[in-house]
Amino acid sequence: MDVFSDPANVDVYVTGFLWILKLTAASALFALVLGVLLAAMRVSPVPVLRGFGTAWVNIFRNTPLTLIIFFCYFGLFSTLGVSLADDIDLNNYWLGVIGLSVYTAAFVCETIRSGVNTVPAGQAEAARAIGMSFRQTLTMIILPQAGRAVIAPLGSIFIALTKNSTIVGTIGLAEASSAMKELINANGDAVVPIFLVFAGTFAVVLIPTGYAFGWLANRLAVKR
Amino acid sequence: MSTETVLYDHPGPRAKIRNNVLTVVFGLALLGLLYWVYAKFDEKGQWASTLWKPFTQSSTWTDYILPGLAHTVEAAAVAMVLSLIYGLVFAVGRLSDHWWLRLPSGVVVEFFRAVPLLLLMFFIFFGVPFLTERPMSVFWAVVIGLTLYNGSVLAEAFRAGIRSVPSGQSEAGYAIGMRKGQVMREILIPQAARAMLPVIVSQLVVLVKDTALGYIIAYSELLQLGVNNLAANFGNVVQAAIVAAAIYIVVNSTLTAVAGWLERYTRRTGRAPRQAAVATVAGAGVVEPQG
Repeated sequence: MDVFSDPANVDVYVTGFLWILKLTAASALFALVLGVLLAAMRVSPVPVLRGFGTAWVNIFRNTPLTLIIFFCYFGLFSTLGVSLADDIDLNNYWLGVIGLSVYTAAFVCETIRSGVNTVPAGQAEAARAIGMSFRQTLTMIILPQAGRAVIAPLGSIFIALTKNSTIVGTIGLAEASSAMKELINANGDAVVPIFLVFAGTFAVVLIPTGYAFGWLANRLAVKR
Repeated sequence: MSTETVLYDHPGPRAKIRNNVLTVVFGLALLGLLYWVYAKFDEKGQWASTLWKPFTQSSTWTDYILPGLAHTVEAAAVAMVLSLIYGLVFAVGRLSDHWWLRLPSGVVVEFFRAVPLLLLMFFIFFGVPFLTERPMSVFWAVVIGLTLYNGSVLAEAFRAGIRSVPSGQSEAGYAIGMRKGQVMREILIPQAARAMLPVIVSQLVVLVKDTALGYIIAYSELLQLGVNNLAANFGNVVQAAIVAAAIYIVVNSTLTAVAGWLERYTRRTGRAPRQAAVATVAGAGVVEPQG
C-alpha cells in the first residue's frame, strides 16, 4: 500500500471518485425527470408524444453509451460547437452528464412504464369512474403506486449509472477509471493493490446500496 | 394489461378535439426541434455531400465498417459463450450445500457485478501485463472483461431461474434416487434454461453494446474502425457516428425482438414452469443498462 502513502496519488484517487459522484448525482436527477416525462408520453393519448417516447427509447437504449459519450464530445462539442462551460474539465463534465442522462432516461422510462403495468386496471378504472382526467389519473393514482413498485429496478439503474459514469473518462475527464490507469502506468510494481483499492471502493459503496434498495422496495411495496 | 386503453376514456367529441390540438402543437414543436437540428448542422456545413458520400462507396464499408462490425460480433460471441459457462458454474456454486463453495462464489459474483466494466478492462489491459511480464492481447482484455461482468450478471439470473423451479421437481428427483449433481444437471438446469432463454438473449444486447468499451483500449471494433478511423480519414465524425449508431440499433433491436418472441413462445407452449416465467418477465424488464 506504499502507493497510497504518497499524497499526490491519494489526490488522484479522491479527485477521480469526486467526479464519479458529481456525474452520478447530476445525471441521476436529469435522467429521473426525463425518464418520468418520457414514460408519461409513452402512455399518453396523443400519438405524436407516444411516437416520440418510443423513438427515444429505441434509439438510446440500443446505442452503446461509449458511442453516445463519444458523440457528445466529438459531435456536439468539436463539430457542432455546443460549448457548455469555459473550463475544459467542466465542459467535458456537462457533455458527459448530457450523454449519461439521455441514455439512462431511456431505461428509467421503460422501468416506470413496466411499473405502470403492475398497477391493477381497476385502479385506473375507479379513477376514471369518479371523473378524473388523464393527468389526474396518472399523477394521483397510477404513478405513486407504480413508483413504489419500481424502486428495486430503479435502484439497479442508478447503480449501473454510477458504474457507467466511468465511461466519461473517454473524453478526458480524470474520473476513477482514468485515475486508476494513470496510477497503474506510474506504479507498475503495485498494480494489484491499486486495482483492489479502486474496485473495492466501488464494491463497498455499490453492494450495500443494492441491498438497501432491495430493503426499501420491500418496505414500500404496495400490498395487494 | 395494456395501459393505453385503461388510463383514459375512449375520447368523446371534446377529448378528440383536445387530442388533435395537442397532436398539432407537439407535432409542430417536434418539427421545430428537427428544424433546429437541421439548421445547426447546416450552419456548420454538416450536410455537405463530401461528408456523406463515403457511405455510398463500397470501400468505406469493406475497409472500415464491416471489419469493425465483424470484430464487435466476434468479441460479443466469444464473450457470450464464456459468460454462459462462467454464469452456470457460479450459479450452481452459489446454490451449493457446502459453505466453502457457496461463499467464494457469492463474493466473486457480487464483486464483479459491482465493479465498472471499464475499470476491469483497464486493469486487465494495463495492469495484468505488469504481473505476467508479457503484453496482453486487446481482444482477450475485452473478452475477459465482458465475461467476468456479464457472466456474473447471468449467474444471478440463472440462480433465480433454478430457484424458481418448483421444489416438487427436485424432490421427485431425489425420491427416485438421483444424486444432487444429477438433479441439478438433468432436472433443474434444463427447466430453468428454457425459462431463462429470453434473459440470455437480452443479455446479448448488453454484451454487443459493451464491446464498444473496447474502443477505449483501442480494440478495433465498430466504434474504433467505423467511427474513429473513418472520421480521421474523411473528417465526418458526426455522419460516421450516426451510421454506426444506426447499425447498433438495427442489431440490438433484432436481438430484442428475438428475446420478446422467445418469451412469448416459452409462455405459450407452457413448458416453462410458471414461477420461472414470471421471474423471466421481471428479469427481462430490468436488464442492467451497462454501457
